[in-house]
Amino acid sequence: MNTVNIIRLEFPSKSVNESFARTAAAAFAIQLDPTVEELGDLKTAVSEAVTNAIVHAYPDSIGQIGMKLRILERDTLEITVRDWGCGIENIEEAMKPLYTTGGEERSGMGFTIMQSFMDSLRVRSSPGKGTTVVMRRTIRPRITGK
Amino acid sequence: MTITSAYDRGRLTVYLSGELDHHAAGEAIHGIGELLDEFLPRDCVLDLSGLSFMDSSGIAVIARARYRMQSLSGRIWIECPSPQVQRVLDAACIDRLVPVTSGNIGGLR
Ligand SMILES: Nc1ncnc2c1ncn2[C@@H]1O[C@H](COP(=O)(O)OP(=O)(O)O)[C@@H](O)[C@H]1O
Ligand SMILES: [Mg+2]
Repeated sequence: MNTVNIIRLEFPSKSVNESFARTAAAAFAIQLDPTVEELGDLKTAVSEAVTNAIVHAYPDSIGQIGMKLRILERDTLEITVRDWGCGIENIEEAMKPLYTTGGEERSGMGFTIMQSFMDSLRVRSSPGKGTTVVMRRTIRPRITGK
Repeated sequence: MTITSAYDRGRLTVYLSGELDHHAAGEAIHGIGELLDEFLPRDCVLDLSGLSFMDSSGIAVIARARYRMQSLSGRIWIECPSPQVQRVLDAACIDRLVPVTSGNIGGLR
């Protein structure tokens, strides 16, 4: 698939940047003319992926988070969130609903929400090296009748 | 995110507004916990009408509040989530844990 547009961002794993990241992704997605519901889904999925990097990848330190936003032919938004943190031992287990290593402040529903709000979700990880989450969602053009 | 509350005859209504993500979740858990300790209510209503955004961090906040209300042998439910919040609640199947009402119907009678 051809890349129509691309933006790369990098920011430190501070929790104030959760709202920055989802707002930036939403602003980029506007060019696909999403509905309010689609925009909400994209923001939620980004929030989950970025929060995981902040909370789990770098539990006791501040590290870097990379976010790549791509528009692919046609009308597909691809969001890549990567970190260079602790990595995930068992991805299949980590993606199960309710599975969490985060204690009482986490619900274990992050991957489930990413999966149900996006068309596709791929997770690559190697322990000690980091994690990359790639999500795609096609935003179909609206028929306006005008 | 801001938390306000109203108490009336055994019922504590907690109004959450703004954005509830991981950045705000610690404060929300703490704030709701303090209100429950102060009022020891029979019913707790989480009014989410002012919440413009919530992710799975909010699910943990709700689960904690439910756990606290169980230990008080009280009831808890959610009122008036916005469409985005409702989608997150649905994806997490929250209604198995805490009932959700779309309007202010004054509780589960
Ligand atoms: N970027 C990451 N780096 C390391 N571990 C991760 C990362 N993302 C997710 N995980 C692991 O996967 C688990 C499940 O993630 P998730 O479904 O988002 O639930 P939660 O964040 O509530 O724990 C986390 O508890 C953590 O163990
Ligand atoms: Mg998570």
